[in-house]
Amino acid sequence: MSASEPHRAIEAIFRIERARLVAGLVRVVRDVDLAEELAQDALVIALSEWPRIGVPANPGAWLMTAAKRRAIDAIRRARMRERKHEEIAREMDGAFDGAEVIERAMDDDLGDELLGLIFTACHPILSADARAALTLRVIGGLTTDEIARAFLSSEATIAQRIVRAKKTIGKAGLSFEAPHGAERAARLPSVLEVIYLIFNEGYAATAGDDLVRPSLCLEAQRLGRMLAGLMPRDAEVFGLLALMEIQASRLMARIGPDGAFIPLTEQNRARWDQLLIRRGLDALARAEALEGDGPYALQAALAACHARARSPADTDWPRIAALYDRLRAVMPSPVVDLNRAVAYSMAFGPEAGLRLINEIADAAALRNYAPLPAARGDFLFRAGRPAEARSEFEAAAKLTRNARERAFLLARADACD
Amino acid sequence: MRVMVFVKATEDSEKGIRPTPETTKMFEAMGGFNEELRNAGVLLAGDGLKPSSQGKRIAFDGPGRTVIDGPFAETRELVAGFWLWEVKDMDEAVAWVKRCPNPMRGPSEIEIRPLYEMADLQEFLTPKAAEIHDRTRAKLRGA
Repeated sequence: MSASEPHRAIEAIFRIERARLVAGLVRVVRDVDLAEELAQDALVIALSEWPRIGVPANPGAWLMTAAKRRAIDAIRRARMRERKHEEIAREMDGAFDGAEVIERAMDDDLGDELLGLIFTACHPILSADARAALTLRVIGGLTTDEIARAFLSSEATIAQRIVRAKKTIGKAGLSFEAPHGAERAARLPSVLEVIYLIFNEGYAATAGDDLVRPSLCLEAQRLGRMLAGLMPRDAEVFGLLALMEIQASRLMARIGPDGAFIPLTEQNRARWDQLLIRRGLDALARAEALEGDGPYALQAALAACHARARSPADTDWPRIAALYDRLRAVMPSPVVDLNRAVAYSMAFGPEAGLRLINEIADAAALRNYAPLPAARGDFLFRAGRPAEARSEFEAAAKLTRNARERAFLLARADACD
Repeated sequence: MRVMVFVKATEDSEKGIRPTPETTKMFEAMGGFNEELRNAGVLLAGDGLKPSSQGKRIAFDGPGRTVIDGPFAETRELVAGFWLWEVKDMDEAVAWVKRCPNPMRGPSEIEIRPLYEMADLQEFLTPKAAEIHDRTRAKLRGA
């Protein structure tokens, strides 16, 4: 056995326990920074003690006790200082026993504490970017360097973002508790948004990227699964999980050997990860059983339509069109409307697509948006109007910044003769 | 990375599950462990396997296919259950296995095996995958 092996084993245990440890500590010390510091202290103690005494039967509890002792020491020291400064004889009543308060707080439900930390890190008072960085740091246990590489940012920027986020949380005096009832429902979207943002950051990674980037998908899936375990009654939690699992099932199929992006309908479906599809469909069934009709559950249902189709020709386009009808009701957006037009064209013919696309053609958000003329070009081409189709493809080619996409669009324009 | 975690069989597990207070207790403990795995986002799939007496083996030799009925002899090499986990590295997998409650009454083993990932197979797969892919693309264009 090499000398570093016990250390690696202890660090692996610590990684498993870290988020819960920090979550338990932050409830008591009310300071994310201090909680992280105490957790780190507990690791240092474990690294020196465990090789001698062996790994305890319940390492999580052991680490918590070690961190707790540190916390009590810190509180005592702080109180000593306070006394000296204030010169008040309040010490006489000795009403507050920090140690006892900590003992009691530590007995709270651990799952609830973790949920509390997740909701705090994803609090809407923070920007989405700050929430993502803080969540990856305190829940995912990523280092600032890893987060910086994942977000193609500098370590200094990320470190500062995390420090500022912690300060904001401290100033706002957040409780670190998981919200309940209506407040939970109101704050859940900002949690889900962050997890999906992390996922998409990984999904956008290209083949040449640092491996940390694609692993963001795994990190987000892990967070989503964690949240599903902690919130088994929330449909949108399962909706998001289903959406991520199904999208992740295509990770290997969407990039060609030359690094080019392969659109969904042209992917080799044999390369889709069936395990993730099954997990995604299970999570979706759970969301639907909870009567989920929110944006994530609906987007997952859309993804599931493709996952279930053995070939592009088997795709249930009428169902996809119907799902877009529902999606635009809960998540109105010109992009959803555009996708809906595409679905209608596939389900009911190019004329149906043209009718819908003409309704949204003037939307400001779609001005200079290449997919709009590209879709219209496709509808016109299929409707037997090649001359009009050609000018749409050419317009789309002018708008796109992606060289491969431009080549594809120009090829389609050329085919309009 | 994904790992397959095998709970190896014992003479006891090969006899099948019997409803004893001991089994019930083990099931409860295992249920708790599974919940912990799920809540950590690690658990992808898993199940227990019936004794090998209910299994079959198909022996391959060239064109030959011979079906062999269980039970099979080398008990300690048999699998009694499995999990599929998504972990960061083997260290994490080991840490999780170590906290698994005793799966069997007597001494037993759990084995961790990493799965081949796409990246490992890339050099083997690429030409063929590319070929299948091209065929699919060609068909799509023709359609």
